[in-house]
Amino acid sequence: MEKFQTLHSSAVPLPLENIDTDQIIPARFLKATTRKGFGENLFRDWRCNADGTPKPDFVLNDARYSGQILLAGKNFGCGSSREHAAWALYDAGFRVVISSYFADIFRGNALNTGLLPLQVTDAELSSLFALVEQDADTQFIVNLPEQTLHVPATNQTIHFDIDPYKKECLINGYDDIDFLVSQKPAIEAYEQRRTWAW
Amino acid sequence: MAKSLFDKIWDAHVVKTAPGGLDIVYIDRHLIHEVTSPQAFDELEARQLPLYRPNRILATADHNVPTRNQHLPIEEPLSRSQVDKLTANCEKYGVELYGLGHARQGIVHVIGPELGLTLPGATIVCGDSHTSTHGAFGAVAFGIGTSQVAQVMATQCLLLSRPKRMRITVDGELRRGVTAKDLILYIISQLGTGGATGYFVEYAGSAVRGLSMEGRMTVCNMSIEMGARGGLIAPDATTFAYVEGRAFAPKGVVWEQAVAYWKTLYSDDDTVFDAEHHFNARDIAPMITYGTNPGMGIALNGNIPSEVAASESESFDKSLAYMGFQRGESLLGKEINYVFIGSCTNSRIEDLRAVAAYVQGKQKAKHVEAIIVPGSKQVEQQAISEGLDKILAEAGFELREPGCSACLAMNEDKIPAGAYCVATSNRNFEGRQGPGSRTLLASPLVAAITAVQGRIVDITQYLN
Repeated sequence: MEKFQTLHSSAVPLPLENIDTDQIIPARFLKATTRKGFGENLFRDWRCNADGTPKPDFVLNDARYSGQILLAGKNFGCGSSREHAAWALYDAGFRVVISSYFADIFRGNALNTGLLPLQVTDAELSSLFALVEQDADTQFIVNLPEQTLHVPATNQTIHFDIDPYKKECLINGYDDIDFLVSQKPAIEAYEQRRTWAW
Repeated sequence: MAKSLFDKIWDAHVVKTAPGGLDIVYIDRHLIHEVTSPQAFDELEARQLPLYRPNRILATADHNVPTRNQHLPIEEPLSRSQVDKLTANCEKYGVELYGLGHARQGIVHVIGPELGLTLPGATIVCGDSHTSTHGAFGAVAFGIGTSQVAQVMATQCLLLSRPKRMRITVDGELRRGVTAKDLILYIISQLGTGGATGYFVEYAGSAVRGLSMEGRMTVCNMSIEMGARGGLIAPDATTFAYVEGRAFAPKGVVWEQAVAYWKTLYSDDDTVFDAEHHFNARDIAPMITYGTNPGMGIALNGNIPSEVAASESESFDKSLAYMGFQRGESLLGKEINYVFIGSCTNSRIEDLRAVAAYVQGKQKAKHVEAIIVPGSKQVEQQAISEGLDKILAEAGFELREPGCSACLAMNEDKIPAGAYCVATSNRNFEGRQGPGSRTLLASPLVAAITAVQGRIVDITQYLN
């Protein structure tokens, strides 16, 4: 997993609520057996017509908006557990998703992919959407060690929460598997003391 | 101190608490399928790690398999390659695989319970969000991402924060024509599609205890549709009677010991939950969804809401525009093009029996295509042995071979753009059943009646 520390970027606004992982990456594109290439089909059915031509009114096809931050309505990533949704966002160049809350499985998958799910309040999210609506080039600075989202244009700084262990993992590029493998003696001891495993 | 059912099971599986407060949780059963496992096996390969406990994993092919001619090679090359990869990985790592053609093949959440692999008190995971289904047995079961699939393969453990606990109590008796599916669609419509995010839900109350195991599985299955990490129900005599004698269930003295332990799995009287909701079973009517998330449900004879919160307005109208519906209107009389009976929510023998009992001696409407996809080979065989296949065929329903099928349309079973499908599955997301498809979620009984009438009707007037 790649390390994440700070990011300076504009944002792509997608102010819809309850964006499910079927929209992020439709099931028919889950047939690859590697982690690569899912970005090509990110938001496929919102981004493209049935014949593959782009839908001009979708934000990812709007030349005004770009950047490595996706700004999305609340309950982002609900539905299917497919980690391919996080892979698709990452593969398409996103490194941060900002929302006012994330579905649990998506949050975990994003953290395991090196994509930061940055949670703000509903009111903060509304203000961020308003800023980007006024100026598509609004810059944001995400500082993970400091747990802050800073907007230079307005000098606004938002503090965000993240599990301290997952923060260390992201900053250093570690993932859970390294830690769990190091715990093998404890796991074996647990298996020994457990008397009711059917 | 009083403990919840969830905490009793969780605590029994904590290997240790890591510095920082996350728990290392031991996983008893790991179910895998062709779509979310290949990258996890690659992870083991890349890190040169062995599969730690192959005997705790069971594999099946379900998500993208065809539901016709399963004895022939899969035509679609990408699906075939995924299924072949699963077969090769299982051979290489020594994992038991019930692949296509095997007498025990089926949807992963149907075969676990029917084989007796799903047991009370266990921790069960799968790279699939509907793993919550297994909670019906009083297990802590939840869906995981592929990175976590690799973690379980490597260590049989996950590093997790303990979720908050919610209890949803439904007391009273369900009305005629109201099923487990209506009960859970009603709960989700009340709490919303994100209403249980961050929580593990225990379902309780006399209406829940009165459900069969199939019904309990339907309820727990859809926990994720309100954002819950999982859902579970305390095991009782109904649970033990279902599990006893199944292929992998404990036998003899071990069975007696197991049942004695399982009887201790309930929430203590004084348990304090982080959130509680109470519903009355008499308030629940046969349900249907009108929008593009499972929380957008109404009673069949109700109206689509006219007003929603300002913040939800844009999403709500986008959803109705996709479905071709208006604010405030009734769905009664709307013509339907497809009926899909299947998925890990409603493809068990009880579901097929309910459909067959209604359609016996009737005919589906001419303009409706009605397909029934059993959840497993065992369900399919049981249906045939009971003669349900003939009843369904005579009524114009096509009984297919097992798989996830049109629930997520990874195989050929797709609903065309713009067409309406009443489905017994779990998700009505945009494009879920194929690009442009419009899904209305309902119970098998509602689906069967809709297929015969060809349009949405108030089923209470049509019950046999």
